[in-house]
Amino acid sequence: MNGHRRAFRIGTGAGFSSDRLSPAVDLAQRGGLDVLVLECLGERTVAFAHRDRMLDPRKGYDAHLDRRMRALLPVCKSAGVTIITNMGAANPRAAAERTLTIARELGFSGLRIACIEGDDVSAQIAPDHPLLGEPGTLADVGRPIVGMNAYLGIDSVLPALREKPDVVIGGRFADPSMYLAPLVHHFGWRHDDYDLLGAGTLVGHLLECGMQVTGGYFADPGIKDVPDVAHCGYPIAEVASDGSAVITKLDGTGGCVTTATVKEQLLYEVHDPASYLTPDVTADFSKVAIGQVGANKVAVSNARGHERPRELKVTVGFDGGFLAEAGVSYAGPGATGRARLAVAVLSARFDEIGIKSARRIDVIGVDSLFATAGVAAEESRDVRVRVVLRTTDRNEAELMLWEVESLLCCGPAGGGGYRGRITPAVVTKSVLIDRGLVRPRTEMHVA
Amino acid sequence: MSARAQSGRRIVRDIAHARSGDKGDTSNVNVWVYDPADFALLKETLTAERVKRELGALVRGDVRRYVIEHLHGLNFVMEHALEGGVNASLNLDSHGKSWSYLILQMPLAGRSSKAPPRA
Repeated sequence: MNGHRRAFRIGTGAGFSSDRLSPAVDLAQRGGLDVLVLECLGERTVAFAHRDRMLDPRKGYDAHLDRRMRALLPVCKSAGVTIITNMGAANPRAAAERTLTIARELGFSGLRIACIEGDDVSAQIAPDHPLLGEPGTLADVGRPIVGMNAYLGIDSVLPALREKPDVVIGGRFADPSMYLAPLVHHFGWRHDDYDLLGAGTLVGHLLECGMQVTGGYFADPGIKDVPDVAHCGYPIAEVASDGSAVITKLDGTGGCVTTATVKEQLLYEVHDPASYLTPDVTADFSKVAIGQVGANKVAVSNARGHERPRELKVTVGFDGGFLAEAGVSYAGPGATGRARLAVAVLSARFDEIGIKSARRIDVIGVDSLFATAGVAAEESRDVRVRVVLRTTDRNEAELMLWEVESLLCCGPAGGGGYRGRITPAVVTKSVLIDRGLVRPRTEMHVA
Repeated sequence: MSARAQSGRRIVRDIAHARSGDKGDTSNVNVWVYDPADFALLKETLTAERVKRELGALVRGDVRRYVIEHLHGLNFVMEHALEGGVNASLNLDSHGKSWSYLILQMPLAGRSSKAPPRA
């Protein structure tokens, strides 16, 4: 270890698969970063990626990988920033090879791309494996399995970091582990110093959703105003060797970093604040101190940790059939009444033509997102009838769309704007697996 | 026009902000007061029992409330609250991203935002 007086600077350049690219380029150029993390994978994203890979063995990685790498490789290389990403999704090897090709096309020589595999555990788990948190086994789900991925922790990333990579690309890393691994590597934190692992996990947790900590997903005009939301900056964490950190963003970007934005993210998708499970540590966020230390600078400290869970979580993706959605809009006087008539017409017709799968009809504008909660609807003069159907039978999905479109001539007055689409669906479940059965491995590709 | 101006009754959104998250069929909503002086009112207003009672048609399972005293926040963990979760839900908002506003629209307990906590 070499003193480490300077803070380690780690930033986020994507918090989900469809996140913005241009602010990531800005951050890589001006951020003075050591590491840029691109977090692009959700539970369902990986299941869809497995489907893509089944259709084409060269696919199954992030759809925006080409654009992201072409924009970021040159700026990260010249600024000395290591990229760590899960854009490999269901096919890290193909993603690494594609990145290698792009690097060569961009004229790089010697660029080092570490590919991490081993999260795909489909060969290690049998159909009689019990589900997590619900009764039954994988076989009981009764649907074809499309993929199984274990959540990998820092021990899968650290061997790659020791080989001085420019890019680390893998699949199902636990999101905070992509941040914790370079911190452990840089500061030489011990793997059983759970308080430090908890502190680094807090940094990862706060940053993994990108702008959700810098003013994105926060604005409520008149109550919570955010400056220049359109040009919100991605987050930077300046992490000290004791695990404390300052969360900030680049000057000249929109958004804001305040104790309020940090608090909302602190417990985002967290249940018990004292027990946040990752493959690396059981993190305790219940005593975290949060303080504003400057404009768009918030200090966080006092995260703790306990021993890591004994088993790893695995997401299992199944073929979910089809999700069919269709809609028609009504506007002007009596729009809500005409929409309600359309609902009645559709309900009668669906029964007659044999639409039997799980379905729902909303009137968007009066009774939709909060319909199940029973929150009172009001009259609106601009509403949309929305029909949704989950089915394994494509014919049933097509019949539903046809019936909704028929409202244009057969339904209430003034209906317009029909749209309908059928998309493949996935279902995901979780299981636990013995750590010993998961063997991550690194392969270095050099451009 | 704010909800208060419309109804004359103050709501949670007048004193607090919130964010929703999902895991499977479990939704969590964290809620934080702007002014620490309002935290007692928030705790009085948003009990786990009240959330379960008012949202029972949506929240089919248990509601647990975690209190983060030093940061003046509450975290509600609501089981079976996402219409089956993103795999099964037919709701346009299958992640329950908007559930934070189900909490924020609830009327505040009592009449004053600065009411002292009950002894």
